Amino acid sequence: MSQPVIKPFKSIKELPREEKFAPGHAMCAGCGAAIAMRWLNKVVDDNTIFVLATGCVEVTTTACPYTAWLRPCIHVAFENAAAVASGIEGAVKMLQRKGMLNKDVRIVAVAGDGGTVDIGLQALSGMLERGHRVMYVLYDNEAYMNTGIQRSGATPFRAWTTTTPVGKVLKGKLQWKKDIDGIVLAHRPKYMATTTIAYVVDMVNKFRKAYEYSREGPTFVHVLCPCVPGWRIDPHMTVKVSRLAVETGMWVNYEVEGGVFRVTTRVPKRKPVSEYLRLQGRFRHLTDEDIQIIQKYVDEQVERINKMVGETVIGPVVKEEKAEAKA
Amino acid sequence: MLPKWYEIPLGGALTEPGSTRKNRTGEWRTFRPVIDQDKCIRCRICWAYCPEGAVKEIDREHMTAKGVKYPITYEIDYYYCKGCGICAEECPVKAITLVREYEK
Repeated sequence: MSQPVIKPFKSIKELPREEKFAPGHAMCAGCGAAIAMRWLNKVVDDNTIFVLATGCVEVTTTACPYTAWLRPCIHVAFENAAAVASGIEGAVKMLQRKGMLNKDVRIVAVAGDGGTVDIGLQALSGMLERGHRVMYVLYDNEAYMNTGIQRSGATPFRAWTTTTPVGKVLKGKLQWKKDIDGIVLAHRPKYMATTTIAYVVDMVNKFRKAYEYSREGPTFVHVLCPCVPGWRIDPHMTVKVSRLAVETGMWVNYEVEGGVFRVTTRVPKRKPVSEYLRLQGRFRHLTDEDIQIIQKYVDEQVERINKMVGETVIGPVVKEEKAEAKA
Repeated sequence: MLPKWYEIPLGGALTEPGSTRKNRTGEWRTFRPVIDQDKCIRCRICWAYCPEGAVKEIDREHMTAKGVKYPITYEIDYYYCKGCGICAEECPVKAITLVREYEK
């Protein structure tokens, strides 16, 4: 397999300045997905076709008769972003073979967690299995935010949504978050990565790598995008919350390049998950026992990842109380 | 002024790229972020995290009161800024303050 020749950005100073995503779209103030889309658009070439599954990004950026996109984009239904992207890739291949198109056209599919984890899963699986040369971006805001905060497969354990209400009987979602990355990895894509908006340089480098690798086969990038109304957070907390997700071990930034698993953001001292959970209104009903259940689950996940890498990339929980005791 | 239904191309195709620029999303704002150009250390963080791209990086020299010369200046486009406050929250030197847009 040939390695794509791109130099990764080393610091925030090297990032491109030119804006390729028009402002004035209707995404909420402080939307995490807006940051991800802005950087995705800076990375890709002009000869790119975007396939937008129904979701927050599609609904808010292409409110007829306006569009925030500077590149051609097609709006498709919730379930078939990957299928339409496969079809466009096939059409481009055929036009190039007939000599009617001499440009190198790339296809990027953008879908939310509902359109990927739940409804669009079989189309995505088919696309990955057939090996279409498509870059698939999943912006994960952990519920169906666009239709009014309904639970999805990507909603975390005990999170409040309108369909998993908090009351006497039910206390948030009963199931754990679906491991979509594991499902995608089982298809052995060319490149797969998870990232968050708080680590911009990391996110941009992963977008670039996925875009370059999509010349050879399917690539997948999973971006955690906090949602202001759905997570019940203040607009200015978006970046802080997504950074805490990595620092507490609730989210791990990693990439799988040519079958090699690599954690890109090392966390030597992990914070307790309560710091991440207590910031969000959707977890405000959690008792200390609930937090301990989540902490235990996160500890197990971290241990599994450390075993997979073969060294301690994500360290043990270091509580603030210890520092106080020393002082 | 929105186009009439018969003016829109067939299939709802949008022919003008980036036409949301006409929308004045600055009207959503309750708090206005103001950059203190003398405090700003040009770290680029506000520019990188702005969801709107409303923090503009401009090639204009600025001399601070202490005599430090910077080749670039950051300005906020109040036409689009929705006032989320991410820039003020993430600024490492607290050079951005949030000012209430309208007095009570």
